Amino acid sequence: MLELRHIHKYYNPGTVQEMCLFDDFNLTVEKGEFVSVVGSNGSGKTSMLNLICGNIDADRGQIFIDGKDITRQKEYKRLKNIGRVYQNPAMGTCPDMTILENLSLADHKGMFFGLQRGTNRKKEKEYRELLSQLGLGLEDKLHVKVGSLSGGQRQAMSLLMSTMTPIDFLILDEHTAALDPKTADLIMELTEKIVREKKLTAIMVTHNLRYAVQYGSRLLMLHQGNAVIDIKGEEKKQMKIEDILEKFNEISVECGNG
Amino acid sequence: MDFVISIIEQGLIYGILALGVYITYKILDFPDLTVDGSFPLGAAVTASLIKSGMNPWLTLPAAFFSGAAAGICTGLIHVKCKVRDLLSGIIMMTALYTVNLMVAGTNNVPLFSQQTIFQNDFLEKVFPDVIPGYVLLGLIFLIAAVSKILLDFYLRTKSGYLLRAVGDNENLVTALAKDKGNVKILGLSISNGLVALAGCVFCQQQNVFDISSGTGSIVIGLASVIVGTSLFKVFSRLKPFRKKNIIQVTTFVFLGAILYKACTGIAIRYFVPQSMKMISALFLLGVLVLMLIFDNADKKKVKKNA
Repeated sequence: MLELRHIHKYYNPGTVQEMCLFDDFNLTVEKGEFVSVVGSNGSGKTSMLNLICGNIDADRGQIFIDGKDITRQKEYKRLKNIGRVYQNPAMGTCPDMTILENLSLADHKGMFFGLQRGTNRKKEKEYRELLSQLGLGLEDKLHVKVGSLSGGQRQAMSLLMSTMTPIDFLILDEHTAALDPKTADLIMELTEKIVREKKLTAIMVTHNLRYAVQYGSRLLMLHQGNAVIDIKGEEKKQMKIEDILEKFNEISVECGNG
Repeated sequence: MDFVISIIEQGLIYGILALGVYITYKILDFPDLTVDGSFPLGAAVTASLIKSGMNPWLTLPAAFFSGAAAGICTGLIHVKCKVRDLLSGIIMMTALYTVNLMVAGTNNVPLFSQQTIFQNDFLEKVFPDVIPGYVLLGLIFLIAAVSKILLDFYLRTKSGYLLRAVGDNENLVTALAKDKGNVKILGLSISNGLVALAGCVFCQQQNVFDISSGTGSIVIGLASVIVGTSLFKVFSRLKPFRKKNIIQVTTFVFLGAILYKACTGIAIRYFVPQSMKMISALFLLGVLVLMLIFDNADKKKVKKNA
């Protein structure tokens, strides 16, 4: 279970550009939930993910995972139990290393990186099977550098790599935004499958309202650091894109953008 | 013949230095100027240990560890004090000048009457008259080969993978729940360890420690790495080697160092001595331009095939 309690976050504090992003923001994500987060630019979606991962610090407030306070824990320590996929497919892989080397790295997450052999021959078969599930033909390219793969292939690799070891949370930061519609659909289906099979708790930020409605067990719409929509269960299943769009327009009018 | 041998000797010694520079410049993507201080540091440590009567072979690990310590300092300055990479190196390089003077005691320490790895009782027993040049070359080759093989081995371990990853995409290292700063510090320490090892061998081959021996060593290292990796690029595109590289890039780094030393050697021998630096500069520029021409030719080929 993940809890954000009374989070306050200001950008550029003490200057003319001071901007309050979160003012007493609270969120609880139950174990096994798949939360889709939508909202306009600057609504705090990515900042929320950064706060959870420890990429940025909250000015006030606490973050708990399973009741344990992790507010002061360093980013790399938190990521032991968290997998994260970024919008940019280049963020999750090493371009100058081969697919096999990348998978070997990911497979060793959280363990001690000592003088043992970098790649384990015995695991090659296992990796091949894992890759063949993607259906992208990567299983025959184990010794190809990841830098020469397409964005979609790399994003599939990132997704695979971030979920190879047992983790509690999967953080998806607009991870389909840089892909063409067909590849994006494929990555989304793959995400769904992995989350379901590994019983992960997932938080997905997306600009694609169709994905937000279609996938996930809970929907969150952020606006100026507040959750203006937060629905789950049956209600979420009944939700239609039009309903979200309506709310979106309402907010925009409020801001004077309409 | 002596001329060729001395070039290869120098090339192999500076090749060890180039291995260190390869780690920072190519793998970590960290322009590390500590090298200009850690090369003479290795030499200073060696000179003072030999003066105190220590077994000359023990100076090799001692020099390596002294360089590694210098690298750790550079890393700490960069990671903990958040100083930019170039500046951290400059700060350490400057500080090491004083350290080197204090370790060696003075700015010039001759070792002609001392036991070194190249002139000692054991070698004199085996070669009673004069120790021939090829024995010297053989010993240098041995040290260079061991350094290269150990580095190649290391880069294929889990820890080595992490080192390559931190230069490639440090974000991934954080995602693997590892502190990227520590990995960088580790890389800097191995790199400067190798550089100091080169300084140690250099000092014993020259039979003298000189405080100015480090000046410009980063340039030699960088040139060797650039020439070496460029040649590696050309080589790995040759037809028979496209599938699998049988010769490692580290071997090419040594080749780069030897070529660079050959170039400066020829400059000193056949031209006016003042021309040395100009010829080395032109050589480096020449290699870079050749690479550009090669790259362009390759792109055209791809277009034709498409």
